Amino acid sequence: MSNTPPSTVLPGLRFKQRFPLLSLIVERCVLSLVLLFAVSILIFGGLEALPGDFATTYLGQSATPQAVANIRADLGLNRPITTRYVEWLGNAVHGDFGTSWASKNSVSEQIGKRLGNSLFLAAFAALISVPLAVGLGMLAVHFRNRLPDKIINVISLAAISLPEFFIGYLLILFFGVKFGIATFPATVYDGMDLLDRLKAIALPTATLVLVVLAHMMRMTRAAILSVMSSAYMETAELKGLSAYRAIVKHAAPNALAPIINVVALNLAYLVVGVVVVEVVFVYPGMGQYMVDAVTVRDMPVVQACGLIFAAVYILLNMIADILAIVANPRLRHPR
Amino acid sequence: MSDYTKHLASRVTSGGLSRREFMGRAMAAGMTLALADALFTESAMAAEPKHGGHLKLGLEGGAATDSKDPAKFLSQFMFCIGRCWGDMLVESDPLTGAAVPSLAESWEPSKDAVTWTFKIRKGVKFHNGKDLTIDDVVATLKRHTDSKSESGALGVMKSIKEIKADGDNLVLTLTEGNADMPLLLTDYHLVIQPNGGNDDPFASIGTGPYKLLTFEAGVRATLEKNKDDWRKDRGYVDSIEIIGMNDATARIAALSSGQVHYINRVDPKTVDLLKRAPNVEILATAGRGHYVFIMHCNTAPFDNNDLRLALKYAMDRETMVKKILGGYGKVGNDFPINSTYALFPEGIEQRAYDPDKASFHYKKSGHSGSVLLRTSEVAFPGAVDAAVLYQESCKKAGINIEVKREPGDGYWTNVWNVQPFSTSYWGGRPTQDQMYSTAYLSKADWNDTRFLRPDFDKLLLEARSELDEAKRKEMYRSMAMMVRDEGGVILPMFNDFVNASTKQVKGYVHDIGNDMSNGYVATRVWLDA
Repeated sequence: MSNTPPSTVLPGLRFKQRFPLLSLIVERCVLSLVLLFAVSILIFGGLEALPGDFATTYLGQSATPQAVANIRADLGLNRPITTRYVEWLGNAVHGDFGTSWASKNSVSEQIGKRLGNSLFLAAFAALISVPLAVGLGMLAVHFRNRLPDKIINVISLAAISLPEFFIGYLLILFFGVKFGIATFPATVYDGMDLLDRLKAIALPTATLVLVVLAHMMRMTRAAILSVMSSAYMETAELKGLSAYRAIVKHAAPNALAPIINVVALNLAYLVVGVVVVEVVFVYPGMGQYMVDAVTVRDMPVVQACGLIFAAVYILLNMIADILAIVANPRLRHPR
Repeated sequence: MSDYTKHLASRVTSGGLSRREFMGRAMAAGMTLALADALFTESAMAAEPKHGGHLKLGLEGGAATDSKDPAKFLSQFMFCIGRCWGDMLVESDPLTGAAVPSLAESWEPSKDAVTWTFKIRKGVKFHNGKDLTIDDVVATLKRHTDSKSESGALGVMKSIKEIKADGDNLVLTLTEGNADMPLLLTDYHLVIQPNGGNDDPFASIGTGPYKLLTFEAGVRATLEKNKDDWRKDRGYVDSIEIIGMNDATARIAALSSGQVHYINRVDPKTVDLLKRAPNVEILATAGRGHYVFIMHCNTAPFDNNDLRLALKYAMDRETMVKKILGGYGKVGNDFPINSTYALFPEGIEQRAYDPDKASFHYKKSGHSGSVLLRTSEVAFPGAVDAAVLYQESCKKAGINIEVKREPGDGYWTNVWNVQPFSTSYWGGRPTQDQMYSTAYLSKADWNDTRFLRPDFDKLLLEARSELDEAKRKEMYRSMAMMVRDEGGVILPMFNDFVNASTKQVKGYVHDIGNDMSNGYVATRVWLDA
């Protein structure tokens, strides 16, 4: 489509040529919505296909066929799947995820609280890890193949090689049990003041920072290095620019796209991938919420969590794509 | 002081040993009279309950899906919270398991044990200031027996035909005689609520020693002392905080760093490590829960009693208790009852590991080829290891067991009670009758061994309405022998409830009824500064 000759330009394409950035953004947004819709079908269908059902799982060994039948009828599980899907999606679009089958609480309300907790932890971890990673990456490039670079590399490799629960346990062992200087468990609740909250999340934040730091740092380093080996950097060097100026002024902007991508990926991970950290630190976030719901097949909750996780992932990726396009004009004109 | 006398002293402190018993044993252990006397006084002083303080519990079993409605209590977390704010009509004695009064002051059965009259206690107030009346009691029981109810107590309550008030008394009419009726009312779902909880099942208003202040499902609950509690012998701490901790390592870390006073579900594998922490005490209580290997008596090849016997003799129970329970348990004898039950049939010979007998019965059964055993880590902690251990002990008897590891997800729906040979767990029941009726009666919903024996069923029903204890005990003995020698259950072990606390926690009652001091831990202990 990009090779269409100008004489046969359609009105839509003319808009595209005149506002390449805006149209790309609109395109991305529409694509994201379509993707989200597809995911919603997958989530609903996938959960239907799971073995076991809520009534028997929830009641466990104390279930009688009578109680099981009562629950099924009560939840309307005997209606066709398409009816239930359409109804669910219709409500979800309005922000209503129904009520939890198990606790009869409003899912939206619960998620509001849990998502808030997850985002708080993620934001705090991101606030520390992103600047630290990018900074360390640049430092590593500056001291390329010298001692500081090697130290940064070894430490970050070690951190990324350890599973996160293990890092968590190590931190608990040293700072919680041995020295007793950190708060554990990291349970946060309504009406807790900010300082207590920050104290409570110190250890999980540290764990998350260690887990995501290496990935972002190494990507930053690699991206800048690949730019450094290009011809214009050689020119910059031959022009006699200082190494610092060459990195910050010329290399960094061109390395932004891959860095933004890896940062977005890690931010998404901080929100949707921290289940293990939440369990280890007893932190009431989304991951823990979803795990609890999956164990008893509490479908409204699982579906809502799945959809929100997907939305966070898609949104962050979309933002990353758009930012990458803004940072690198060449991406605006696909060849 | 020797470990033994230390142990004796701690039993005095926790209220489990009288002066007479203590002196006898301490002097037998070589202590002088004066020294033993001084030690007893000191320990007994420590046994004097102290009031006040903030008790923190870190419990496994909470989930975001927990409901505040007592009818739907399921997790350990809710079990413990419910016992703090609510009372049942009847409690069970921690040491003997017999029914003792709570909101019901006394009771009287008819001669055939079909009609039961309960006298309801006067002068008890709910947390909202309202007096407890007979109407609240009737409404509560009716809510849990309604056939449309989703109550976890529905199975227990279905033998009740009619619930009515007779003046201030509660009269229950059963479908058939049941000598254990009062014990059924100790079920933790049956919290007496104002108007039975019909107005607002989630209100958490009861007559218990604590009022629920805040609650976040699966995360945290806080409770404060109910100043108008009708009982003085409980509720020593001022406030309670219960934190959901589903990760075993998190619980251990929280306890050993002193962030919580008590944790449940200590893994037998790590208990020895936890013991090394200076401020920690391990609390192991003998219980009725048991781990089982279940065979369907009506499905080939397990429809052959010789094969079943072969598989029973091929079980090395001692090793199971040592390896899987870390020693925190007792060997089982292939029937689901142990000495913590009232009317336990004593003197039944303990079945032991005997490869020769196993091999004899195996040959006699005419079965050849391997036997498929399905298991999963969710069946009970260490179930997969137990299956492999069993495989080894069977090998010596010439029996080849094929162990199939099933996914934990959906195990209870797709494997347990469906496949002919699998591993499972039973939590025990308040009475022998209930245990057998739940899992061994021909028409029981959870007859997971497909034990179909009309003579057993008949005996069970007869024993149920038999008020003469000696006769009843004899009947239970016959039933135990039937299950042991012809049933489909291989029962290697009864597991202890293993919990742990810091040393500040005093007065812990080792209740044989259920885990965590039968759920009453928070209302029974006090904190020693």
